[in-house]
Amino acid sequence: MNNNMKLNLKLKIWRQSSAKSVGSFVDYKVSVSPDASFLEMLDEINNELEKNNQDPIVFESDCREGICGTCGLVINGEPHGPLRKVATCQLHMRNFKDGQTIWVEPFRAKAFPVIKDLAVDRSAFDKIIQAGGYISVNTGGVPDANSIPIAKDIASEAFDSAACIGCGACVAACKNSSAMLFVSAKVTQFALLPQGQPERQQRVEAMVAKMDEFGFGSCSNTYACEAECPKGISVRNIARLNHEYLSAKVKSTNVEV
Amino acid sequence: MSWFWQSVNSSVGKKIVMAFTGILLVVYLVIHLAGNLTLYGGEKAFDSYAGVLEVIKPLIRIIEVLLALVFIFHIFNGIRVWWGNKKAKPIDYAVNAKSKNSTLFSRTMIHTGVIVLIFLVLHLVTIWYPYNAGGGEVNLYKIVSGRFADPIYAWFYIVAMALLGFHLNHGFQSAFQTLGWNHKKYFSLIQTIGTIYATLTAIGFASLPIYFLYFHGR
Repeated sequence: MNNNMKLNLKLKIWRQSSAKSVGSFVDYKVSVSPDASFLEMLDEINNELEKNNQDPIVFESDCREGICGTCGLVINGEPHGPLRKVATCQLHMRNFKDGQTIWVEPFRAKAFPVIKDLAVDRSAFDKIIQAGGYISVNTGGVPDANSIPIAKDIASEAFDSAACIGCGACVAACKNSSAMLFVSAKVTQFALLPQGQPERQQRVEAMVAKMDEFGFGSCSNTYACEAECPKGISVRNIARLNHEYLSAKVKSTNVEV
Repeated sequence: MSWFWQSVNSSVGKKIVMAFTGILLVVYLVIHLAGNLTLYGGEKAFDSYAGVLEVIKPLIRIIEVLLALVFIFHIFNGIRVWWGNKKAKPIDYAVNAKSKNSTLFSRTMIHTGVIVLIFLVLHLVTIWYPYNAGGGEVNLYKIVSGRFADPIYAWFYIVAMALLGFHLNHGFQSAFQTLGWNHKKYFSLIQTIGTIYATLTAIGFASLPIYFLYFHGR
Protein backbone atom coordinates (compact mmCIF):
# COMPACT_ATOMS: atom_id res chain seq x y z
CA MET A 1 0.00 0.00 0.00
CA ASN A 2 1.04 3.53 -0.67
CA ASN A 3 2.64 5.01 2.41
CA ASN A 4 0.63 8.19 2.01
CA MET A 5 -2.56 6.31 2.78
CA LYS A 6 -1.31 5.31 6.18
CA LEU A 7 -2.58 6.95 9.32
CA ASN A 8 -0.06 8.58 11.59
CA LEU A 9 -1.20 8.24 15.16
CA LYS A 10 0.12 9.05 18.59
CA LEU A 11 -0.68 6.37 21.15
CA LYS A 12 -0.57 6.71 24.90
CA ILE A 13 -0.57 3.15 26.19
CA TRP A 14 -0.75 2.06 29.83
CA ARG A 15 2.35 0.04 30.76
CA GLN A 16 2.56 -1.75 34.08
CA SER A 17 5.16 -4.47 34.55
CA SER A 18 3.26 -6.47 37.18
CA ALA A 19 0.12 -6.46 39.30
CA LYS A 20 1.87 -4.76 42.19
CA SER A 21 4.04 -2.27 40.32
CA VAL A 22 3.06 1.30 39.52
CA GLY A 23 2.04 1.84 35.92
CA SER A 24 2.20 4.83 33.63
CA PHE A 25 1.38 5.89 30.09
CA VAL A 26 4.08 5.42 27.47
CA ASP A 27 3.98 7.27 24.14
CA TYR A 28 4.22 5.40 20.84
CA LYS A 29 4.13 6.84 17.35
CA VAL A 30 2.72 4.58 14.67
CA SER A 31 2.05 4.68 10.97
CA VAL A 32 -0.70 2.18 10.31
CA SER A 33 -2.97 1.07 7.48
CA PRO A 34 -6.59 2.21 7.91
CA ASP A 35 -7.60 -1.40 7.15
CA ALA A 36 -5.71 -2.76 10.15
CA SER A 37 -7.71 -3.70 13.20
CA PHE A 38 -6.83 -2.09 16.53
CA LEU A 39 -5.22 -5.31 17.71
CA GLU A 40 -3.25 -5.68 14.47
CA MET A 41 -1.86 -2.22 15.10
CA LEU A 42 -0.74 -3.34 18.56
CA ASP A 43 0.78 -6.46 16.95
CA GLU A 44 2.81 -4.19 14.67
CA ILE A 45 4.04 -2.14 17.61
CA ASN A 46 4.97 -5.34 19.44
CA ASN A 47 6.91 -6.62 16.40
CA GLU A 48 8.94 -3.44 16.47
CA LEU A 49 9.45 -3.65 20.24
CA GLU A 50 10.62 -7.26 20.01
CA LYS A 51 13.00 -6.40 17.19
CA ASN A 52 14.59 -3.87 19.52
CA ASN A 53 14.66 -6.34 22.40
CA GLN A 54 12.04 -4.41 24.33
CA ASP A 55 9.20 -5.80 26.39
CA PRO A 56 6.11 -6.15 24.15
CA ILE A 57 2.77 -4.68 25.25
CA VAL A 58 0.67 -7.35 26.94
CA PHE A 59 -2.98 -7.47 25.83
CA GLU A 60 -5.48 -10.29 25.49
CA SER A 61 -7.15 -11.57 22.35
CA ASP A 62 -8.28 -14.89 20.94
CA CYS A 63 -10.82 -15.31 18.16
CA ARG A 64 -10.46 -11.81 16.69
CA GLU A 65 -13.94 -12.04 15.23
CA GLY A 66 -15.95 -10.59 18.09
CA ILE A 67 -17.38 -13.74 19.62
CA CYS A 68 -15.00 -14.92 22.34
CA GLY A 69 -14.96 -11.94 24.69
CA THR A 70 -11.24 -12.15 25.35
CA CYS A 71 -10.14 -8.78 24.02
CA GLY A 72 -11.11 -5.57 25.68
CA LEU A 73 -9.28 -2.28 25.89
CA VAL A 74 -10.47 1.10 27.02
CA ILE A 75 -9.84 3.35 24.05
CA ASN A 76 -10.20 7.09 24.65
CA GLY A 77 -12.28 6.36 27.73
CA GLU A 78 -14.63 3.86 26.10
CA PRO A 79 -14.44 0.08 26.49
CA HIS A 80 -13.98 -1.45 23.02
CA GLY A 81 -13.53 2.05 21.59
CA PRO A 82 -15.85 4.56 19.96
CA LEU A 83 -17.82 2.19 17.71
CA ARG A 84 -21.04 0.73 19.10
CA LYS A 85 -21.72 -3.02 19.30
CA VAL A 86 -18.25 -4.19 18.33
CA ALA A 87 -15.43 -5.75 20.32
CA THR A 88 -11.93 -4.23 20.24
CA CYS A 89 -10.83 -6.80 17.64
CA GLN A 90 -13.49 -5.57 15.20
CA LEU A 91 -12.53 -1.93 15.58
CA HIS A 92 -10.54 -0.79 12.55
CA MET A 93 -8.13 2.09 12.33
CA ARG A 94 -10.24 3.81 9.66
CA ASN A 95 -12.44 4.95 12.55
CA PHE A 96 -9.64 7.24 13.70
CA LYS A 97 -8.33 10.44 12.16
CA ASP A 98 -4.81 11.03 10.93
CA GLY A 99 -2.76 12.73 13.62
CA GLN A 100 -5.14 11.74 16.42
CA THR A 101 -3.92 10.90 19.93
CA ILE A 102 -5.37 7.65 21.25
CA TRP A 103 -5.31 6.70 24.94
CA VAL A 104 -5.30 2.97 25.61
CA GLU A 105 -6.04 1.80 29.14
CA PRO A 106 -6.90 -1.50 30.80
CA PHE A 107 -10.39 -2.19 32.21
CA ARG A 108 -10.57 -0.47 35.59
CA ALA A 109 -12.32 -2.18 38.49
CA LYS A 110 -11.32 -3.39 41.93
CA ALA A 111 -12.57 -6.85 40.95
CA PHE A 112 -10.51 -6.81 37.72
CA PRO A 113 -6.92 -6.27 38.90
CA VAL A 114 -4.29 -5.52 36.25
CA ILE A 115 -2.03 -8.51 35.57
CA LYS A 116 0.34 -6.72 33.22
CA ASP A 117 -0.01 -3.69 30.93
CA LEU A 118 -3.48 -3.96 29.37
CA ALA A 119 -4.36 -7.47 30.60
CA VAL A 120 -6.69 -7.72 33.59
CA ASP A 121 -7.75 -10.70 35.68
CA ARG A 122 -11.40 -11.39 34.92
CA SER A 123 -11.58 -14.72 36.74
CA ALA A 124 -14.22 -13.18 39.02
CA PHE A 125 -16.65 -13.72 36.12
CA ASP A 126 -15.76 -17.43 35.99
CA LYS A 127 -16.37 -17.69 39.73
CA ILE A 128 -19.79 -16.04 39.35
CA ILE A 129 -20.71 -18.54 36.62
CA GLN A 130 -19.50 -21.41 38.83
CA ALA A 131 -21.75 -20.12 41.60
CA GLY A 132 -24.93 -20.65 39.57
CA GLY A 133 -24.67 -19.79 35.90
CA TYR A 134 -25.45 -23.30 34.70
CA ILE A 135 -28.22 -25.88 34.54
CA SER A 136 -27.83 -29.36 35.96
CA VAL A 137 -28.62 -31.95 33.30
CA ASN A 138 -29.09 -35.56 34.25
CA THR A 139 -27.51 -38.11 31.95
CA GLY A 140 -29.68 -40.58 30.08
CA GLY A 141 -31.27 -40.89 26.68
CA VAL A 142 -31.19 -37.90 24.36
CA PRO A 143 -34.51 -36.07 24.74
CA ASP A 144 -36.60 -35.54 21.62
CA ALA A 145 -36.03 -32.23 19.93
CA ASN A 146 -38.84 -29.73 20.52
CA SER A 147 -40.42 -31.93 23.18
CA ILE A 148 -40.61 -28.88 25.43
CA PRO A 149 -42.63 -26.15 23.71
CA ILE A 150 -41.03 -22.70 23.97
CA ALA A 151 -42.66 -19.68 22.35
CA LYS A 152 -40.56 -18.05 19.64
CA ASP A 153 -40.50 -14.62 21.30
CA ILE A 154 -39.37 -16.13 24.63
CA ALA A 155 -36.68 -18.17 22.89
CA SER A 156 -35.50 -15.05 21.06
CA GLU A 157 -35.38 -13.00 24.23
CA ALA A 158 -33.39 -15.71 26.02
CA PHE A 159 -31.07 -15.88 23.05
CA ASP A 160 -30.53 -12.10 23.14
CA SER A 161 -29.41 -12.46 26.76
CA ALA A 162 -27.27 -15.48 25.95
CA ALA A 163 -25.43 -13.38 23.35
CA CYS A 164 -23.33 -11.98 26.23
CA ILE A 165 -19.71 -12.96 25.61
CA GLY A 166 -18.58 -12.14 29.15
CA CYS A 167 -15.92 -9.65 28.06
CA GLY A 168 -16.41 -7.38 31.06
CA ALA A 169 -16.90 -4.14 29.12
CA CYS A 170 -20.02 -3.48 31.21
CA VAL A 171 -17.91 -3.46 34.38
CA ALA A 172 -15.28 -1.30 32.67
CA ALA A 173 -17.87 1.21 31.45
CA CYS A 174 -19.76 1.45 34.72
CA LYS A 175 -18.72 4.27 37.01
CA ASN A 176 -19.47 1.88 39.88
CA SER A 177 -17.71 -1.13 38.32
CA SER A 178 -20.98 -3.00 38.65
CA ALA A 179 -21.20 -6.45 37.08
CA MET A 180 -24.96 -6.42 36.93
CA LEU A 181 -25.33 -6.39 33.16
CA PHE A 182 -23.23 -9.56 32.90
CA VAL A 183 -24.88 -11.32 35.84
CA SER A 184 -28.35 -10.27 34.74
CA ALA A 185 -27.82 -11.61 31.21
CA LYS A 186 -26.73 -14.96 32.61
CA VAL A 187 -29.63 -15.09 35.07
CA THR A 188 -32.14 -14.06 32.41
CA GLN A 189 -31.14 -16.58 29.76
CA PHE A 190 -32.00 -19.39 32.19
CA ALA A 191 -34.93 -17.74 33.97
CA LEU A 192 -36.81 -17.45 30.67
CA LEU A 193 -36.44 -21.07 29.64
CA PRO A 194 -38.01 -24.24 31.10
CA GLN A 195 -34.58 -25.84 31.57
CA GLY A 196 -33.60 -23.06 33.96
CA GLN A 197 -36.57 -23.40 36.30
CA PRO A 198 -35.38 -26.04 38.83
CA GLU A 199 -32.43 -23.91 39.98
CA ARG A 200 -33.99 -20.53 39.29
CA GLN A 201 -34.13 -19.18 42.85
CA GLN A 202 -30.84 -20.56 44.14
CA ARG A 203 -29.11 -19.40 40.94
CA VAL A 204 -29.91 -15.72 41.33
CA GLU A 205 -29.20 -15.78 45.06
CA ALA A 206 -25.84 -17.49 44.64
CA MET A 207 -24.70 -15.42 41.66
CA VAL A 208 -25.53 -12.08 43.30
CA ALA A 209 -23.82 -13.19 46.53
CA LYS A 210 -20.70 -14.18 44.59
CA MET A 211 -20.75 -10.92 42.63
CA ASP A 212 -20.88 -8.96 45.90
CA GLU A 213 -18.06 -11.02 47.36
CA PHE A 214 -15.72 -9.77 44.63
CA GLY A 215 -16.50 -6.14 45.33
CA PHE A 216 -18.35 -5.17 42.18
CA GLY A 217 -20.45 -2.04 42.75
CA SER A 218 -24.21 -1.47 42.82
CA CYS A 219 -26.03 -0.53 39.64
CA SER A 220 -27.08 3.12 39.62
CA ASN A 221 -28.90 2.91 36.29
CA THR A 222 -26.63 5.15 34.24
CA TYR A 223 -26.99 2.56 31.46
CA ALA A 224 -23.38 3.11 30.33
CA CYS A 225 -23.02 -0.69 30.23
CA GLU A 226 -25.68 -1.13 27.57
CA ALA A 227 -24.17 1.67 25.48
CA GLU A 228 -20.72 0.08 25.52
CA CYS A 229 -21.70 -3.60 25.33
CA PRO A 230 -20.30 -5.16 22.14
CA LYS A 231 -23.35 -7.43 21.99
CA GLY A 232 -25.95 -4.78 22.79
CA ILE A 233 -27.21 -6.57 25.90
CA SER A 234 -30.18 -4.54 27.17
CA VAL A 235 -30.47 -3.10 30.67
CA ARG A 236 -33.90 -4.73 30.77
CA ASN A 237 -31.89 -7.77 31.86
CA ILE A 238 -30.87 -5.86 34.99
CA ALA A 239 -34.52 -5.06 35.71
CA ARG A 240 -35.23 -8.77 35.41
CA LEU A 241 -32.30 -9.60 37.69
CA ASN A 242 -33.63 -7.21 40.34
CA HIS A 243 -37.07 -8.76 40.06
CA GLU A 244 -35.71 -12.32 40.11
CA TYR A 245 -33.59 -11.52 43.15
CA LEU A 246 -36.44 -9.87 45.06
CA SER A 247 -38.82 -12.69 44.29
CA ALA A 248 -36.24 -15.38 45.15
CA LYS A 249 -35.46 -13.70 48.46
CA VAL A 250 -39.15 -13.48 49.33
CA LYS A 251 -40.11 -16.99 48.19
CA SER A 252 -37.11 -19.26 48.63
CA THR A 253 -36.74 -21.39 51.74
CA ASN A 254 -33.04 -20.60 51.87
CA VAL A 255 -32.33 -18.90 55.19
CA GLU A 256 -28.54 -19.43 55.12
CA VAL A 257 -27.50 -16.54 52.87
CA MET B 1 -34.23 -12.76 60.05
CA SER B 2 -30.54 -12.74 59.14
CA TRP B 3 -31.49 -13.59 55.57
CA PHE B 4 -33.53 -10.42 55.48
CA TRP B 5 -30.67 -8.11 56.48
CA GLN B 6 -28.30 -10.00 54.23
CA SER B 7 -30.70 -9.37 51.33
CA VAL B 8 -31.16 -5.70 52.17
CA ASN B 9 -27.39 -5.24 52.39
CA SER B 10 -26.65 -6.95 49.08
CA SER B 11 -25.83 -4.90 46.01
CA VAL B 12 -29.31 -5.50 44.59
CA GLY B 13 -31.00 -5.10 47.99
CA LYS B 14 -29.46 -1.69 48.62
CA LYS B 15 -30.82 -0.50 45.28
CA ILE B 16 -34.27 -1.85 46.07
CA VAL B 17 -34.23 0.11 49.33
CA MET B 18 -33.31 3.24 47.35
CA ALA B 19 -36.13 2.62 44.86
CA PHE B 20 -38.77 1.85 47.48
CA THR B 21 -37.98 4.80 49.73
CA GLY B 22 -37.58 6.97 46.62
CA ILE B 23 -41.08 6.16 45.41
CA LEU B 24 -42.52 7.01 48.84
CA LEU B 25 -40.70 10.34 48.73
CA VAL B 26 -42.00 10.97 45.20
CA VAL B 27 -45.55 10.53 46.50
CA TYR B 28 -44.83 12.70 49.55
CA LEU B 29 -43.53 15.54 47.37
CA VAL B 30 -46.82 15.62 45.44
CA ILE B 31 -48.77 16.05 48.69
CA HIS B 32 -46.32 18.62 50.05
CA LEU B 33 -46.45 20.63 46.81
CA ALA B 34 -50.25 20.54 46.70
CA GLY B 35 -50.29 22.03 50.21
CA ASN B 36 -47.70 24.69 49.36
CA LEU B 37 -49.61 25.84 46.31
CA THR B 38 -52.40 27.12 48.58
CA LEU B 39 -49.98 30.01 49.25
CA TYR B 40 -51.14 31.42 45.91
CA GLY B 41 -54.63 31.69 47.40
CA GLY B 42 -53.34 34.25 49.89
CA GLU B 43 -53.05 34.21 53.66
CA LYS B 44 -56.61 33.02 54.21
CA ALA B 45 -56.38 29.99 51.96
CA PHE B 46 -53.01 29.00 53.38
CA ASP B 47 -54.23 29.44 56.95
CA SER B 48 -57.22 27.21 56.34
CA TYR B 49 -54.82 24.58 54.89
CA ALA B 50 -52.60 24.94 57.97
CA GLY B 51 -55.75 24.73 60.07
CA VAL B 52 -56.62 21.35 58.56
CA LEU B 53 -53.11 20.13 59.44
CA GLU B 54 -53.69 21.33 63.03
CA VAL B 55 -56.93 19.36 63.29
CA ILE B 56 -55.29 16.11 62.19
CA LYS B 57 -52.13 16.77 64.22
CA PRO B 58 -51.85 13.28 65.79
CA LEU B 59 -51.96 11.72 62.32
CA ILE B 60 -49.42 14.26 61.05
CA ARG B 61 -47.06 13.33 63.89
CA ILE B 62 -47.24 9.64 62.95
CA ILE B 63 -46.63 10.48 59.30
CA GLU B 64 -43.70 12.69 60.30
CA VAL B 65 -42.04 9.83 62.15
CA LEU B 66 -42.53 7.46 59.21
CA LEU B 67 -41.33 10.14 56.82
CA ALA B 68 -38.22 10.73 58.92
CA LEU B 69 -37.46 6.99 58.77
CA VAL B 70 -37.94 6.96 54.99
CA PHE B 71 -35.66 9.98 54.60
CA ILE B 72 -33.00 8.50 56.87
CA PHE B 73 -33.03 5.17 55.03
CA HIS B 74 -32.89 6.89 51.65
CA ILE B 75 -30.06 9.24 52.66
CA PHE B 76 -28.00 6.79 54.73
CA ASN B 77 -28.40 4.03 52.16
CA GLY B 78 -27.68 6.39 49.27
CA ILE B 79 -24.42 7.54 50.81
CA ARG B 80 -23.52 3.91 51.53
CA VAL B 81 -24.19 2.90 47.92
CA TRP B 82 -22.10 5.83 46.66
CA TRP B 83 -19.22 4.98 49.01
CA GLY B 84 -19.30 1.28 48.10
CA ASN B 85 -19.39 2.14 44.41
CA LYS B 86 -16.41 4.47 44.78
CA LYS B 87 -14.44 1.66 46.38
CA ALA B 88 -15.40 -0.69 43.53
CA LYS B 89 -13.54 1.58 41.09
CA PRO B 90 -10.41 2.72 42.91
CA ILE B 91 -8.66 4.01 39.76
CA ASP B 92 -10.57 6.00 37.18
CA TYR B 93 -9.64 6.41 33.54
CA ALA B 94 -7.18 9.05 32.39
CA VAL B 95 -9.51 9.90 29.53
CA ASN B 96 -13.14 10.22 30.46
CA ALA B 97 -15.90 9.51 27.95
CA LYS B 98 -18.80 9.19 30.37
CA SER B 99 -20.86 11.82 28.55
CA LYS B 100 -20.91 9.51 25.53
CA ASN B 101 -22.60 6.63 27.32
CA SER B 102 -24.68 8.09 30.16
CA THR B 103 -26.66 11.17 31.20
CA LEU B 104 -25.43 13.90 33.52
CA PHE B 105 -28.49 13.36 35.74
CA SER B 106 -27.59 9.72 36.35
CA ARG B 107 -23.97 10.47 37.20
CA THR B 108 -24.67 13.28 39.67
CA MET B 109 -27.24 11.67 41.99
CA ILE B 110 -24.91 11.91 44.99
CA HIS B 111 -24.17 15.59 44.32
CA THR B 112 -27.77 16.66 43.76
CA GLY B 113 -28.78 14.43 46.67
CA VAL B 114 -26.33 16.04 49.10
CA ILE B 115 -27.42 19.56 48.13
CA VAL B 116 -31.06 18.56 48.63
CA LEU B 117 -30.04 17.12 52.04
CA ILE B 118 -28.43 20.45 53.03
CA PHE B 119 -31.59 22.15 51.86
CA LEU B 120 -33.71 19.71 53.89
CA VAL B 121 -31.82 20.48 57.09
CA LEU B 122 -32.09 24.23 56.49
CA HIS B 123 -35.76 23.80 55.65
CA LEU B 124 -36.48 21.96 58.89
CA VAL B 125 -34.51 24.46 60.98
CA THR B 126 -36.05 27.58 59.43
CA ILE B 127 -39.64 26.54 58.81
CA TRP B 128 -40.60 23.26 60.46
CA TYR B 129 -38.89 23.92 63.80
CA PRO B 130 -40.16 27.49 64.44
CA TYR B 131 -43.68 26.38 63.58
CA ASN B 132 -43.69 23.20 65.65
CA ALA B 133 -41.50 24.21 68.55
CA GLY B 134 -41.51 27.99 68.41
CA GLY B 135 -43.90 28.20 71.35
CA GLY B 136 -47.05 30.26 71.58
CA GLU B 137 -49.25 31.23 68.66
CA VAL B 138 -47.24 31.02 65.46
CA ASN B 139 -48.52 31.90 62.08
CA LEU B 140 -47.17 29.58 59.40
CA TYR B 141 -47.98 32.06 56.64
CA LYS B 142 -45.89 34.77 58.37
CA ILE B 143 -42.93 32.38 58.77
CA VAL B 144 -43.03 31.21 55.14
CA SER B 145 -43.67 34.57 53.50
CA GLY B 146 -40.96 36.12 55.70
CA ARG B 147 -38.40 33.54 54.62
CA PHE B 148 -39.26 33.82 50.96
CA ALA B 149 -38.91 37.61 51.05
CA ASP B 150 -35.22 37.14 51.93
CA PRO B 151 -33.37 37.01 48.58
CA ILE B 152 -30.51 34.78 49.79
CA TYR B 153 -32.89 32.27 51.34
CA ALA B 154 -35.19 32.40 48.31
CA TRP B 155 -32.42 31.89 45.79
CA PHE B 156 -30.91 28.98 47.69
CA TYR B 157 -34.41 27.49 47.74
CA ILE B 158 -34.76 27.99 43.97
CA VAL B 159 -31.38 26.42 43.17
CA ALA B 160 -32.04 23.50 45.53
CA MET B 161 -35.40 22.88 43.83
CA ALA B 162 -33.79 22.88 40.38
CA LEU B 163 -31.31 20.26 41.58
CA LEU B 164 -34.14 18.31 43.19
CA GLY B 165 -35.67 18.26 39.70
CA PHE B 166 -32.43 16.78 38.31
CA HIS B 167 -32.45 14.18 41.09
CA LEU B 168 -36.07 13.24 40.44
CA ASN B 169 -35.61 13.10 36.68
CA HIS B 170 -33.17 10.22 37.06
CA GLY B 171 -34.65 8.82 40.25
CA PHE B 172 -38.19 8.34 38.97
CA GLN B 173 -37.37 6.02 36.06
CA SER B 174 -34.48 4.51 38.02
CA ALA B 175 -36.87 3.33 40.73
CA PHE B 176 -38.99 1.50 38.16
CA GLN B 177 -35.91 -0.13 36.62
CA THR B 178 -34.61 -1.21 40.04
CA LEU B 179 -37.92 -2.77 41.03
CA GLY B 180 -37.84 -4.71 37.78
CA TRP B 181 -40.55 -2.77 36.00
CA ASN B 182 -38.77 -2.17 32.71
CA HIS B 183 -40.98 -3.24 29.87
CA LYS B 184 -40.12 -2.67 26.24
CA LYS B 185 -43.54 -1.12 25.59
CA TYR B 186 -43.91 1.13 28.60
CA PHE B 187 -40.47 2.18 29.80
CA SER B 188 -40.07 5.18 27.51
CA LEU B 189 -43.46 6.37 28.77
CA ILE B 190 -42.24 5.98 32.37
CA GLN B 191 -39.14 8.03 31.50
CA THR B 192 -41.29 10.77 29.95
CA ILE B 193 -43.66 10.83 32.94
CA GLY B 194 -40.60 11.02 35.23
CA THR B 195 -39.23 14.02 33.36
CA ILE B 196 -42.61 15.77 33.40
CA TYR B 197 -43.04 15.01 37.11
CA ALA B 198 -39.53 16.25 37.93
CA THR B 199 -40.00 19.44 35.91
CA LEU B 200 -43.41 20.25 37.39
CA THR B 201 -42.25 19.52 40.95
CA ALA B 202 -39.17 21.73 40.59
CA ILE B 203 -41.13 24.56 38.96
CA GLY B 204 -43.99 24.20 41.45
CA PHE B 205 -41.78 24.54 44.53
CA ALA B 206 -39.40 27.10 43.06
CA SER B 207 -42.22 29.33 41.81
CA LEU B 208 -43.23 30.20 45.39
CA PRO B 209 -40.05 32.05 46.43
CA ILE B 210 -40.02 33.73 43.00
CA TYR B 211 -43.60 34.87 43.59
CA PHE B 212 -42.91 36.20 47.08
CA LEU B 213 -39.64 37.80 46.06
CA TYR B 214 -40.74 39.60 42.90
CA PHE B 215 -44.53 39.65 42.56
CA HIS B 216 -46.26 39.43 45.96
CA GLY B 217 -47.68 42.70 47.21
CA ARG B 218 -46.41 44.79 44.29
